[in-house]
Amino acid sequence: MNPAIAIRQASKQFGSLKAVDCVDLEIAQGEFFALLGPNGAGKTTLINLLSGLSRPDSGRLAIMGFDVSTEYRKARRSVGVVPQELVFDPFFTVREVLEVQSGYFGISGNAAWIDEILARLDLSSKADANMRALSGGMKRRVLVAQALVHKPPVIILDEPTAGVDVELRQALWEFVKSLNASGHTIVLTTHYLEEAEALCNRIAMLKAGKIVALDTTDNLLKSCKLRHVKLQISPDRLPDALLPSLIDRESGYHLLKLDEFSDLESMLEILRESGARITDMVLPHPDLEAVFVEIMRTR
Amino acid sequence: MKGFYSLLYKEVVRFWKVGFQTVLSPLLSTMLYLLIFSHVLGNHVEAFPGVPYVSFLIPGLAMMALLQNAFANSSSSLIQSKITGNIIFLLLSPVSYPEIFLAYVLASTIRGVLVGCGIFLITLWAVDIPLRFPLWALVFALLGSFILGATGIVAGIWAEKFDQLASFQNFIIVPLTFLSGVFYSIHSLPPFWQEVSHLNPFFYLIDGFRYGFFGVSDISPYFSLLVVSICLAAVSLFTLGLLKSGYKLRN
Repeated sequence: MNPAIAIRQASKQFGSLKAVDCVDLEIAQGEFFALLGPNGAGKTTLINLLSGLSRPDSGRLAIMGFDVSTEYRKARRSVGVVPQELVFDPFFTVREVLEVQSGYFGISGNAAWIDEILARLDLSSKADANMRALSGGMKRRVLVAQALVHKPPVIILDEPTAGVDVELRQALWEFVKSLNASGHTIVLTTHYLEEAEALCNRIAMLKAGKIVALDTTDNLLKSCKLRHVKLQISPDRLPDALLPSLIDRESGYHLLKLDEFSDLESMLEILRESGARITDMVLPHPDLEAVFVEIMRTR
Repeated sequence: MKGFYSLLYKEVVRFWKVGFQTVLSPLLSTMLYLLIFSHVLGNHVEAFPGVPYVSFLIPGLAMMALLQNAFANSSSSLIQSKITGNIIFLLLSPVSYPEIFLAYVLASTIRGVLVGCGIFLITLWAVDIPLRFPLWALVFALLGSFILGATGIVAGIWAEKFDQLASFQNFIIVPLTFLSGVFYSIHSLPPFWQEVSHLNPFFYLIDGFRYGFFGVSDISPYFSLLVVSICLAAVSLFTLGLLKSGYKLRN
């Protein structure tokens, strides 16, 4: 079975800036995949290369086995892209936009599927409204609908929840999860790392155009060396020897950094010697944000 | 071909939805030209022997409006799509660059011919205009629309701001149309300016178009057809190359 996305040694340079630098990446069909990175890391450029909005300087990119340059028609029929920018055509209604978009993909008589998408995205009441009359959130939903009109097996969402309210965000993720459950491959970029952690089974992290981490979400979380311990002690005074490890203090807890788990033993020893008594202790699991910060700092 | 039809449909609906601006407004401004020039010069100028000046003027004005509107359609649509960003919906689709070219050119042709026919029909009730060789008139109307529709694509791709597009229109398209013999026969010009006029491709479009009405022209309609066809081939190849390269679109 062809991978949903295959990228081999793809590079793209703008002037002296290497936006994408020799990227190799393969995403299997059915994956829910996150592409993470700070601003300017090359996420959108990589998506543009995949979707044909930009052309690579070197390397090969394929969607569902179709080369995006030589078999661009088949490749583009296989992918739906929700762009990051809130763009729209001010001349048309929501339904007209979706009908024209269907036509671009060679589909006629798409009314039933358009109605279904509109209903799933809670846009039915706005079907005959002009795009200019829609709120930002509504326009964002139309962008999602446009990406889905041709039922692509691969769906790329470039920061789809940026500036979106909680209600739409939840509705959108429910919809996208159901699409993934029915076999669609989902590729997501987001700055909301908790969304990526909750939704995606595999993650790539980009920095300065290069992939600096690529693994399952679970493995990335396990790999994090950055650990913390939350201690509540009596009396509520931290011994001087532990002050260099103190990160934060909140609600009567001291948040201390652990370089290794074995540091915990010496920490407890210091507390015992100082006469402090531990009244509560929590070892929080590292979240994706901690993993992300560590990877961006160290690689 | 479904993608091509959808883009053509979208482009036609786009200008039709703002028909006051795209169809009625050029009809009105052309009528004003006709009113003023025919009133001022009607009794003083005879461009072709035996042809009243107002009759001579109408095909020229119709062709000028046709050319300018064909250019305006593709260029304004493209630059609006680029500036608002919605061009990506087309670029993300599997519609090929020859289909994009054809759809924009044909939509421009439809608008151009609509405006040109509108002028002709409005003036029919007031002015007696013969239509000796309708096929010649049609061929030059279509070729003119194709050329200007394709030129509009080039301008729409090249321009990054509305004022750049306005410069293209005001400094290239408008002077070439005004100095192409819309208001006069080039035989009324001094020899030097007659030679200069021969370098203007719009002159051949208007002269050939006018031949379709009066059976009289400044130069042979066959030669005009040859020049116009060469121009169309050159502009089309250049535009197709631009679309294929993705210049200012896919970067």
